[in-house]
Amino acid sequence: MYELLQNLLGDSLLVYVIGAALPLLFVLPFAVVAVLLEMKVSAHMQDRVAYMYTGWHGVLQPVADILKLLQKEDTIPAAADKFLFRVAPFLVFMGGYAGFAALPFSSAYIGTNIDLGVFYLLAISSLSVIGLMMAGWASNNKWSLFGSMRSVGQIISYEIPAALSILVAVMIAGSLNLQEVSKFQDGGLQNWIVFGGPLPLLQKILLFPFTLTAFFILFIAGIAEVNRTPFDLPEAESELVQGYNTEYSGMKFAIFYLAEFANMFLVSGIVVSLYLGGWTSPLGDVMSGPIWGFFWFVAKGMFFVFLQVWIRWTLPRLRVDQLMYTSWKVLTPFLFLCIFAVGLILVL
Amino acid sequence: MTETRSLPTRYVTHPGELKTSSGRSLRTDEMIINMGPQHPSTHGVLRLEVVLDGEIVVDVIPHIGYLHRCFEKHAEHMTNYQQVIPYCDRMDYLSSMNNDWAYALAVERMLKIEVPPRVETIRVIMAELQRIASHLIAVGTYGIDMGAFTPFLWAFRDRERILDLFEMTCGARLLYNYIWIGGLSHDLPPGFVEKAKAFCTYFKPNMKELNDLLSYNEIFVKRTAHVGVLPADVAINYGVSGPTLRASGVNWDLRRDDPYGIYDKFEWEVQVGKGERGTTGDCWDRYIVKIREMEQSVRIIEQALAALPEGNVQAAIPKRIRPDSAEIYVRTETARGELGFYVVSDGTASPYRLKARAPAFVNLSVLPKISRGCLLGDLVAIVGSIDIVLGEVDR
Repeated sequence: MYELLQNLLGDSLLVYVIGAALPLLFVLPFAVVAVLLEMKVSAHMQDRVAYMYTGWHGVLQPVADILKLLQKEDTIPAAADKFLFRVAPFLVFMGGYAGFAALPFSSAYIGTNIDLGVFYLLAISSLSVIGLMMAGWASNNKWSLFGSMRSVGQIISYEIPAALSILVAVMIAGSLNLQEVSKFQDGGLQNWIVFGGPLPLLQKILLFPFTLTAFFILFIAGIAEVNRTPFDLPEAESELVQGYNTEYSGMKFAIFYLAEFANMFLVSGIVVSLYLGGWTSPLGDVMSGPIWGFFWFVAKGMFFVFLQVWIRWTLPRLRVDQLMYTSWKVLTPFLFLCIFAVGLILVL
Repeated sequence: MTETRSLPTRYVTHPGELKTSSGRSLRTDEMIINMGPQHPSTHGVLRLEVVLDGEIVVDVIPHIGYLHRCFEKHAEHMTNYQQVIPYCDRMDYLSSMNNDWAYALAVERMLKIEVPPRVETIRVIMAELQRIASHLIAVGTYGIDMGAFTPFLWAFRDRERILDLFEMTCGARLLYNYIWIGGLSHDLPPGFVEKAKAFCTYFKPNMKELNDLLSYNEIFVKRTAHVGVLPADVAINYGVSGPTLRASGVNWDLRRDDPYGIYDKFEWEVQVGKGERGTTGDCWDRYIVKIREMEQSVRIIEQALAALPEGNVQAAIPKRIRPDSAEIYVRTETARGELGFYVVSDGTASPYRLKARAPAFVNLSVLPKISRGCLLGDLVAIVGSIDIVLGEVDR
């Protein structure tokens, strides 16, 4: 992408500014759609109709919500650490947003085609932990502090299974570059890494149980990293009021919200590019190409976003010790087994 | 799963055990945090002063009184006995019918009035519909406490049907003033029996749906089983009553054991906790007892609707109620437990003293006892499971 921009505009600062702002063109409309999706899906699960008055079937309600949040008074608690309190939401959003740089939206578009894409994603998404910690600490509220302590413990714990399950896909694809991993799975449904990748049939059959396990664990860990039910302990409403964002209002609160939705898609995007073929068409050569690639990537990503919404409105929340138990004693040992088995099968 | 059983239900903190090489204790300060009066899961304006060591609850001190409305004093200053009934409505606002009945029963027994059979049957129908409505809220909000939002709205959807039935009977949806001394304010409207029967058939499959979504959900069971265990002896010592007592394995229901109304005419069973998923008397037992009581209530309603006699809905009562100088204690089983009214009369037109024994108030007293040593998330589970209504705690 940068090559194209550089050819058009020369080697100037503008190139980088445009390059950095480009994912916003996706993230902002996505957040609007995702809010609507969340509300409508939850409403239909609960025998309600959700918003109906703002536009046709209430489709403009998220826009109205954003306008409302923009107009709200931006209160900062008197005893808060004002600088950290202001910076925290942006840092949280940055952690999620920076991840979009390494996400391959189509064969023709990836923010930065770096070889350590996966590694970069893991590293940069940890940045939001600092933001959450800052938000909880700076609010000078015990519930916020509780929420942020929980979220730090949770996100760091779940990074282990997330990283290990990413490793399984990386071992099969043989690359840390997400664009390469996506290309590796080109050629249709049967070449997706969740089904063993484009390897000889025997290897695929042997690999399948392990790749499927790793795929599920990556998705579970992903949900935990974006703090959604059943892992929404940091903002557990019934326990911690609202967790780390209890004291936030107005636009800062909206930024937290935006960060959550951006992270939802980021997690789905990682799952899709590593295990479900990324931008490749499930039909092989039919409907493939850069434009269709974008379509497939977003469609697959949106499916996982929908799945997260579905899970959220179905399941209760885990307790804090059960959360740690799941990560350290269930998911991580399973992944060690997966990595061992996949390594063995690949060597054979 | 095995780990559910091995999971410790009580966490113990070790004061001063961890020390640095220089002998300094690594123990940090406890944190005192106010849960409420404005908090999503205290079910009203309850303030819990929680002493926390990390996530572990060291102590809980409930502070009540934020909703105190001088019910008992008001009752003494009414110009007659009937005027107390609207105040009874507002005590436990989720089971107003049961409250009205308890008070009306107390005065009727003082006056030795027999109410017509039609009144008795309608009272049973109303009280059991109210019990279902109240338990639906308890179960639904408990889902929210556990982080599951959908069951709450499903419960409200079904409760709405019951409120519609109440509305067509007496015009009110929450505070009815329907059960009067010696009878009822109105007879049943035409079409009520059919609608109530339709509700029963509609409601039964929904119970199964709710069970599938929440009651037997693995995460929900893990959150509630073995948590906040209330042993039977502790429950009795604290005077706990209602579903909370029955969940501890005590087979005690005033509808059967201190009969009032015509409950003895119907076939139904008292539900007790058996510790199916954990220990007897844990949060899951308290939850499931409510679910099963709703099924029993449907049974009672169906029988009562089938056997609804014709007749008058108001017994002959004196124009001005002036009981002889006497005192009486009458207890009934509301959705939350033993609601008792102790009425003292000095022969005038209003009670000399009226004391309400509120089940939610008594049940709440056991909270610190069973929640020491649990996690913060468990505390929410325990508060939700003992099912308090602050209107009744404070009165």
